[in-house]
Amino acid sequence: MTAPLPISLHVNGERVDAQVLPRLNLADFLREHLKLTGTHVGCEHGVCGACTVRVNGQIVRSCLMLAVQTHCALVETIEGLSDSGEIADLQAAFRDRNALQCGFCTPGMLIAAQDLLIQEQEPDRERIREHLSGNYCRCTGYQAIIDAVETTARARRGR
Amino acid sequence: MTSSPAKPETLSVLDRPNSYIGKVVPRPNLERLMQGRGLYVSDMELPRMAHVVFVRSPHAHAEIVEIDASAAKRMPGVTAIVTGEELAAVITPWVGVLSHLKGLKSAPQHAIAIGRVRWQGEAVAAVVATNRAVAEDAAEHVVVKYRELEPVTDMRTALDPEMPVIHPLLGDNLAFERTLDAGTVDAAFAGSDEIVEANFVFGRHTGVTLEPRAVVADWNAAEARLTIYQGTQAPHMVQNIAALHLGLEESQVRVVCKDVGGSFGIKVHIYADEMATYALAKLLRRPIKFVADRVESFNTDIHARDHRCKGRIGVKRDGTIMAFEIDDLTGIGPYSMYPRTSAIEANQVVNLVGGPYVTKNYRARARVVFQNKNVMCQYRAVGHPIACSVTEGLVDLAASKIGMDPVAIRRRNLIADDAYPCASPSGLRFELLSHHAAMNKLMAMMNYDALRAEQAALRSKNIHRGIGIASFIEVTNPSAAFYGVGGAKISSQDGVAVRLDAQGSVICQTSITEQGQGSESLTAQIVGSVLGVSMARVRVILGDTDHTPYGGGTWASRGAGIGGEAALQAAKILRENILDVAAAILQSSPTVLDIADNAIVNASDGAPRIELRELARIVYFRPDTLPPGIQPELMATRHFVPREYPFAFTNGVQASWLEVDTDTGFVKLLRHWVVEDCGTLINPQLVDEQIRGGVVQGLGAALFEKCIYDERGQLTNANMADYLVPMSGEMPDIDVGHVASPTAETELGAKGAGEAGTAGAAAAVANAVNDALKPFGATITEIPLTPQIILTALKQI
Repeated sequence: MTAPLPISLHVNGERVDAQVLPRLNLADFLREHLKLTGTHVGCEHGVCGACTVRVNGQIVRSCLMLAVQTHCALVETIEGLSDSGEIADLQAAFRDRNALQCGFCTPGMLIAAQDLLIQEQEPDRERIREHLSGNYCRCTGYQAIIDAVETTARARRGR
Repeated sequence: MTSSPAKPETLSVLDRPNSYIGKVVPRPNLERLMQGRGLYVSDMELPRMAHVVFVRSPHAHAEIVEIDASAAKRMPGVTAIVTGEELAAVITPWVGVLSHLKGLKSAPQHAIAIGRVRWQGEAVAAVVATNRAVAEDAAEHVVVKYRELEPVTDMRTALDPEMPVIHPLLGDNLAFERTLDAGTVDAAFAGSDEIVEANFVFGRHTGVTLEPRAVVADWNAAEARLTIYQGTQAPHMVQNIAALHLGLEESQVRVVCKDVGGSFGIKVHIYADEMATYALAKLLRRPIKFVADRVESFNTDIHARDHRCKGRIGVKRDGTIMAFEIDDLTGIGPYSMYPRTSAIEANQVVNLVGGPYVTKNYRARARVVFQNKNVMCQYRAVGHPIACSVTEGLVDLAASKIGMDPVAIRRRNLIADDAYPCASPSGLRFELLSHHAAMNKLMAMMNYDALRAEQAALRSKNIHRGIGIASFIEVTNPSAAFYGVGGAKISSQDGVAVRLDAQGSVICQTSITEQGQGSESLTAQIVGSVLGVSMARVRVILGDTDHTPYGGGTWASRGAGIGGEAALQAAKILRENILDVAAAILQSSPTVLDIADNAIVNASDGAPRIELRELARIVYFRPDTLPPGIQPELMATRHFVPREYPFAFTNGVQASWLEVDTDTGFVKLLRHWVVEDCGTLINPQLVDEQIRGGVVQGLGAALFEKCIYDERGQLTNANMADYLVPMSGEMPDIDVGHVASPTAETELGAKGAGEAGTAGAAAAVANAVNDALKPFGATITEIPLTPQIILTALKQI
């Protein structure tokens, strides 16, 4: 199992064909092969959430998924979600509320928050806190993030 | 929620129309971070770059008998395998001492261990390969033979004569000792109605920056120049030290610091593996990248706290505090860190205990010992959480003993708001603090009396909630008194260069650095306000020793107060220079002109005269049209360092409201309040978020975070699943209020705010837990307050 395997997938809407070692994880594939460095690696064992991306519409920890498992999959990263405008309102709320400091957790945090906002229209603060509990932030103390997600949920309901 | 003590209204350069000072404005650098388009060191790649992985000691204390790298060297993709002895040819060892910490001793530390390893995780060999995975594969094939030695792990027995001496040349395991005896302590205790003693225990924890430490070092042999890309808080310090130990001039070393994924004091030190990476780049004549993995981070990022402090307080029945006495012990690992040393925290504990209070009777001893665990050094709020928890814990115990309310005893003993300037028993000089104003504000914010009533009502339902109060002081804006006087080449001054570019925009280069605090924003706010230029037209450059003035960087809550003042003064000079040119162009006088909204205007009626863009065009492209003898200077540089006060002390008070489940031992944080006084608020939102983030790091220490070592010196929870940090689900909302007592030492008036949250949070929580447990007669003076500790105190287990 040490020979590269061919994979073909879509990343942020672009078709990607690659030869990857079976042991290569998705985070390293995105960062090192595709140079999509917005996906951050914080712990490499599935705890911190900094490497959160979307695969076939589901959020996953890209450090816990192998690149070969994404054959034929649709992968979306923070770069793709930014360019499509899907999370522009959430990003604006983060900016206005200063819901990030060093920014290292932020791509994963935004993707996890968007996942909640897609699933639920009216999450309360406790629900937001619970949903984001798998995404560590060492800078903000979380309150500004919760505020920004709550604000976005409210604004989207009003649309 | 800001209130200022009555002060004469003065109109300064900061109060101009459209000033950004005191306003909430978004940070200019957020977009790239939110879009995943920042540039952290871990993202960087350079041509011919190779990756280093370190083979690390599995033992806490051992002799290195033999290193056999022959099999690893033969593996495809391996560039080199380098031992400590081989690397010593290009880099010299260092000793982490400062001359003003009298008696502090440490031993020479090498970039890679030579002969002996002294903690689990110390590097014994470097494996360099074309990529990290290959390097990690090869590292597993480096065979190191060790002869295990008895480790020194428990700080309480480290000084016993039968224990091994970690550095035989030092004679013993005592790194530093300081004693202090101020006032008349014995008489004060003799005159006390009650004396209370307690042993306070603080767990060893660490910073857990979400981006691990990372370096790319690039030696260009043709230029004889080393470029270090590193997530550091202090680029010029790194430049100085890399040059010193690699035998280079500082001009041969450039340090570049782009985005940094968290710092908190973790990234302000010189680490052996980072020094090894610089040296490998020089030795192998190519760029070398080192990114710590999470296990390495836990084993090698500095740890902090780990104090055992015996405290004693004497009190009169009327609540008057008569004296404090402490005996503090801390274990720092096998080396004092370089160049800031590992004695600063204990030294701070001695300085800060009793700091908010009037009593002049204070005796202290602090001892710092070596042990075979990871190195310890300064982490956010150095010494403050220890000093605050001991002081505030003792004050609460004393209050309880004499049956006095915790707020009442504090009000009786806090230094009066009109008593300044004054000094503490340890000699700290306070310019202007506001303990009582802060306490009054806190009481109103938390509705203290109503909360006490709620607490009492819930007791009858067997719900046990507690209120904890903690007053604190914080060291900010350090002068050369911190490090410079001890011989460390860590600048306490900062510089800012401001220039008007050819389209009338402003470029600002500052020596402070950004790790998310808002250094870019506050600099742009100050410069934009003084110059009358919109923030969108101010670009801030920082984190590059080739392109910024020389300065200290961002640590010890100094960026806004020191770097901000330099920005203010530089912008004032540039403003004068711009007005001189404008007067020449307009055949007017600078005194009747002003700058507002990116244009020269009449000072009298604000009528626009000439756009800055047009002024810049004339200066740069048609200077021939200016009157003879006019040489515009559209760039100005100023530096600043505090000279009057060694530190600008701030103060504040925190409160915690929590519930203890007496069956499970779990603590639920319900609410947290902070009132603090950092002087002028440049951007209230950024200050509030510094406070909140700091509080949560303090809450982590209070409830969760601990590096758990076994008796052999093995770190047993070196991963994020077993080492607990605060998660969003268990953190409370935190209300922040301000009192503003600007420092008169600067025109800006700003003091630091980065560490206030961390300083008092654990003390407030510990006092609240003890308040909740009062009916059970249980008192806990150890953190983290795990369920096990709480259930043990309740005699449930």
